[in-house]
Amino acid sequence: MLRDITLGQYYQADSVIHKLDPRAKLVATIAFIISLFIVNNALGYCVAAIFLAVVIKLSKVPFRFIVKGMKTIVFLLLITVVFNLFLTPGEALVSVWKITITKEGLRTAVLMAVRLIFLIIGSSVMTLTTTPNNLTDGMERLMRPLKIFKIPVHEVAMMMSIALRFIPVLLEETDKIMKAQIARGADFESGNLIKKAKSLVPLLVPLFISAFRRANDLAMAMEARCYRGGEHRTKMKPLKYKRCDGIAYLVLGCYLALCIGIRVVT
Amino acid sequence: MPLILDHVNYIYGGDTELAVHALNDINLVIPDNQFIGLIGHTGSGKSTLVQHLNGLLKPTSGAIYFNGEDIHDSDFDKKKLRSKVGLVFQYPEHQLFEIDVFSDVCFGPKNLGLSKKETELRAYEALKQVGLEDEFFYQSPFDLSGGQKRRVAIAGVLAMKPDILVLDEPTAGLDPKGRDEILDQIAKLHNEMGITVILVSHSMEDVAKYVERIIVMNKGSVLYDNAPKEVFKHYKELEAVGLAAPQVTYIMQALKERGLPVNTEVTTILEARDEILRVKGVK
Repeated sequence: MLRDITLGQYYQADSVIHKLDPRAKLVATIAFIISLFIVNNALGYCVAAIFLAVVIKLSKVPFRFIVKGMKTIVFLLLITVVFNLFLTPGEALVSVWKITITKEGLRTAVLMAVRLIFLIIGSSVMTLTTTPNNLTDGMERLMRPLKIFKIPVHEVAMMMSIALRFIPVLLEETDKIMKAQIARGADFESGNLIKKAKSLVPLLVPLFISAFRRANDLAMAMEARCYRGGEHRTKMKPLKYKRCDGIAYLVLGCYLALCIGIRVVT
Repeated sequence: MPLILDHVNYIYGGDTELAVHALNDINLVIPDNQFIGLIGHTGSGKSTLVQHLNGLLKPTSGAIYFNGEDIHDSDFDKKKLRSKVGLVFQYPEHQLFEIDVFSDVCFGPKNLGLSKKETELRAYEALKQVGLEDEFFYQSPFDLSGGQKRRVAIAGVLAMKPDILVLDEPTAGLDPKGRDEILDQIAKLHNEMGITVILVSHSMEDVAKYVERIIVMNKGSVLYDNAPKEVFKHYKELEAVGLAAPQVTYIMQALKERGLPVNTEVTTILEARDEILRVKGVK
């Protein structure tokens, strides 16, 4: 059950998108998200959909795999759609008892849903095609100018990569402890809310202890290797832009220009 | 109460490309009062197999019968099964959570819905069975040593009074002394209480001394299922799958090759000594 979480997971494949510089992918993701808020009509969303479809096709990640990650946001999506559908004032379309669906409401609901779905798919394409290490490397590099404002960029990036690294480890640990307690007759499913919350104690206490133990071990191992933060630290594989990154930026620029163009013209 | 595995298959990862056939047509009968060693290299499927024994994993195909009943029938009481088939995971000390040792051991029997008196009685008995001194009963389990923690965790399962006790690598990460103590304690449990014990390990050396039957797993299938001396005859095949027979077997084989007419079926150092002395005519 815990293994179904694909949001933020990496999918191993050999594709152009996988090989792109993480900075290019980060910038592209942000640009794509911005473009979703620039366009506001069907034509614009068609362009966004085509762009996204091409990227997914190039990335060689099975579409089924991406959709699986969407399960987690179904609830959020549902709330957004329902609220927009019933609570937007305007020209009535259907009216049953006190509930009215307006033309404007339908329009915003659909737009919001499409926007949200594209947003999630767009960012999961990035995380599916970039290893967490690469991702934080890219972020660190992109945020380097913020050092002027005394923001500890390297430390933040390091914390992020450690957190990302430990998600699967802790998931596995949770699974193991859960099984061990079920083997001792624990019941995580039945009972009312209070009983259910109480039944989590035998799971959470060992999980926290193991997390602290791991953190301790990791800190010790880092100290043993003389880790002392980002000062004067060099990389084994420094990020370098290649030709395909240039092409990617070019394509991205065209796409953004097209989106702005559609917004201005229509 | 016997446990029967009938054509059990298990596939990880369902229909994706990453699917792994972890168990491949396993047929086993686990009778009452037997001391069994389950041996296999890392990734041979032994941990997956033991999770089937108490219904934590459901076979992709095939069936498991406990006392004649299919354990995945909708009206089968899984909770009762889990009290009858006690499973001690690898590094069981990682599952401790209570404020003191005694309450942690009470967790299992309490989940069975027993009275407070019965629960505490069982916890006390279980702690005695694993050889833990009274002075530790009201300490925090996190203040104990590694070996002691593991005893507490094993007691936590024993307190449910299982008919079959499955231990997944109970000696992992212990020093030789701690390892022998735990294994001796488990052998004592088997002898005194007559429960079936399944000892999962990757070391022949550990189990040869204790068990009466060895099941060797390789790549999800049962390779051998026989008495230790029969299994060790295949020491060359065992090496091919990344396992080894006990060192005694190698010594006796080497002696025989050099012309000493010893019986190569002995499995422990003591037996080997007696055998060599017998052949040499000293005794």
